[in-house]
Amino acid sequence: MNSTLTANRDSGGAWVMGVLFALGSIVSLLWMAKAASPELGFHAFLFFAFFTLGCFVLVKRHYDMAANPAVPVAGDDVGYMDGVIRAGAIASTFWGVVGFTVGLVIALQLAFPVLNFDLPWTNFGRLRPLHTSAVIFAFGGNVLIMTSFHVVQRTCKARLAGGLAPWFVFWGYQLFIVLAATGYLLGITQSKEYAEPEWYVDLWLTIVWVAYLLVFLGTLWKRREPHIYVANWFYLAFIITIAMLHIVNNLSLPVSLAGAKSYSAFSGVQDALTQWWYGHNAVGFFLTAGFLAIMYYYIPKRAERPVYSYRLSIIHFWALIFLYIWAGPHHLHYTALPDWAQTLGMTFSIMLWMPSWGGMINGLMTLSGAWDKLRTDPVLRMLVTSVAFYGMSTFEGPVMSIKAVNGLSHYTDWTIGHVHSGALGWVGMVSFGALYCVVPIMWNRERLYSLRLVGWHFWISTIGIVLYITSMWVSGILQGLMWRAYDSLGFLEYSFVETVEAMHPFYVIRALGGAVFVAGSLVMAYNLYRTMRGDLRDEAPFVGAPVRAPQAAVAAGE
Amino acid sequence: MAHNVEKDDVTGIETTGHEWDGIKELNNPLPRWWLWTFYACIIWAVGYWVVYPTWPLISSHTKGMIGYSSRQDVMDKIAEAKAAQAQYLDRIEVASLADIRSDSELLNFSLAGGKSAFAVNCSQCHGQGAQGFVGYPNLNDDDWIWGGTPEEISATIHYGIRSDHDDTRYSEMPAFGKDGLLERQQIGQVVEYVLKISGQEHDTAAAAEGQPVFAEQCSSCHGEKGEGLRDFGAPRLSDAIWLYGGDRQALRETVSNARFGVMPAWTNRLDEATIKQLAVYVHSLGGGE
Repeated sequence: MNSTLTANRDSGGAWVMGVLFALGSIVSLLWMAKAASPELGFHAFLFFAFFTLGCFVLVKRHYDMAANPAVPVAGDDVGYMDGVIRAGAIASTFWGVVGFTVGLVIALQLAFPVLNFDLPWTNFGRLRPLHTSAVIFAFGGNVLIMTSFHVVQRTCKARLAGGLAPWFVFWGYQLFIVLAATGYLLGITQSKEYAEPEWYVDLWLTIVWVAYLLVFLGTLWKRREPHIYVANWFYLAFIITIAMLHIVNNLSLPVSLAGAKSYSAFSGVQDALTQWWYGHNAVGFFLTAGFLAIMYYYIPKRAERPVYSYRLSIIHFWALIFLYIWAGPHHLHYTALPDWAQTLGMTFSIMLWMPSWGGMINGLMTLSGAWDKLRTDPVLRMLVTSVAFYGMSTFEGPVMSIKAVNGLSHYTDWTIGHVHSGALGWVGMVSFGALYCVVPIMWNRERLYSLRLVGWHFWISTIGIVLYITSMWVSGILQGLMWRAYDSLGFLEYSFVETVEAMHPFYVIRALGGAVFVAGSLVMAYNLYRTMRGDLRDEAPFVGAPVRAPQAAVAAGE
Repeated sequence: MAHNVEKDDVTGIETTGHEWDGIKELNNPLPRWWLWTFYACIIWAVGYWVVYPTWPLISSHTKGMIGYSSRQDVMDKIAEAKAAQAQYLDRIEVASLADIRSDSELLNFSLAGGKSAFAVNCSQCHGQGAQGFVGYPNLNDDDWIWGGTPEEISATIHYGIRSDHDDTRYSEMPAFGKDGLLERQQIGQVVEYVLKISGQEHDTAAAAEGQPVFAEQCSSCHGEKGEGLRDFGAPRLSDAIWLYGGDRQALRETVSNARFGVMPAWTNRLDEATIKQLAVYVHSLGGGE
């Protein structure tokens, strides 16, 4: 009964969507004709192709449904919408491999500049935002959307709201990724770090993101559980805050509707502060809150243990949400930003330390009574290691926000190392763990193709991360010390190029770490692909002594 | 759902009674150490706010107890650094290059300051070790195009080479090939002659043909034996030191299309004391005259 209800709603919304897509198709065709540059014309074409293909799919779907009104709805008795999660798992894996590989390329470019090939499209300046956007927004974003659709349905016992809207969110988001990525390569950028896409791409993402928010809220609204699970608080905070950050930081005036270029609504230090309010909270709400949501579902699920502390989850959630939003100015220490704003940024970053660690404590302590599973379940090991990296980088972050430390670390590779201990160790590992959990469930497989391969992936990635962050620590501190070295007469000791030269060996080690990490992600992609196909590798399971039973016996015997 | 509270077997802690998709929550209190560290961070932050400028007000902000200002701080530090160097800089300002070089204190200071200024301003073209690159002279050797005394080096730094300054050092070699001043064959011959006078492997017959061409077209600047002429900034050709390369192909390129390297005038970019230190430093590199 529920599935027929959903099917009817689907077709109602589908008509509206069809009309909107047809309109979008016409508008983008006109826009393509008016575009002032071939690059923008290409983007208009991408919009046109998106809307036209969308129309085609909707029409086909309509006739298919007419031919067979009993539309099968995937999932169990409440008719979970799992197709979009499957698509998300594939997209996450794909963009992950792409993003990591581009990261490896630019790491090699820094070590060996000849690899820039003297071409505008392959230049570090264009590939760097391609890497950051691909890993943060394409990989991370797809993981977040995919897992949020999974988690919100399971913990609300409700099908995703909005009929076809989740599919629109998925495909609309992929269009955003392709527009952003091709734009960077073609030289379209508004030069705001992590917010490089120009005004029309920003507008498109706003539409997609609002649809995402409505789907999520709608699903929460029709939940069949009395309370909202903690993971969903974090997802909701992430979605709402990203919407706010995205809209405010991208306020700008296009030079012409037929041109790609726009000018920011802010200028000077106000622009810098807005940018880092955005930039830091992209870290806080995209890469922290969002992925904590993942942690809060998949770790207790995988460990089969209750979450350590409900009270801690409430307190650290609200403390994190309230404090994080102030921390942005620590990116602008010792700049034109007024001292009072720098002080606020620094002190709120220090106060943020424990709220961040609340998540780590809740993640790690959930394992109490199930630590033995780390030996037998490499997926859980990956999830737990991610939390350890989370704890490490959320300690390092406040330390680096202290002005005296920042005076040394700012603008050096230390920052890059810090970001990657969070990005590879926390975001990467927790995403891999979630993918390893989601794929067998979504494809109805008994288990992953190979747990042994997960074990390999775990070790390969860990080695890669360690190579990466240690080389960047050494490189960054060396760089910072060389910049500030004076001789006894008060003259600078080193020229800039000498500091660059000194970085070279560490850049090579970093690239090696990156290559190892990419290799790990390929192992994962292979493993997930075989799992999707339904293959099971004939392998010995990880043997572990049944530690839990005696513990329970002890507890019972007390 | 509080009626679903149960006791966890492993830890003996009660759950909250909620359950989502099989996930329950324990009702553990906040870890004490966590809570106290959180409080400590907050207290520290409040203390910091009292001491340093922090909260925005309507038209100003709280100033903090010690009246800290990062702008003032950096200005103080710069003033302090300047004061520490003033005892030398004030004397260098008025001293001649010869005076500087004869005073060991000023010489040491100038060598250190010159090295630093060189690293910041000159190393981009001349190389960190002043070893030069193709088109950018090596400053360690004794082959000087415009002269290697401290005064001449100082003049080059001041006004540059083919720069936009009125007093710049200027020379322009004709593009013998591009402008049709010499035939292709003649260029080949004169190149062979230059290979000969610089002691390289060459075609003897062609070099002999090239000698009169050289005498007619090149010797007025480069000298009859290719020994160069500093007044014109014409490099010596009879040695193994080349600005743009001394092999057959590079020489042919030079004769055919000429070269036109540019060095900026630093007189308006660097102060007098810094230029003096640079001149003394460059002169000290090994080839100073």
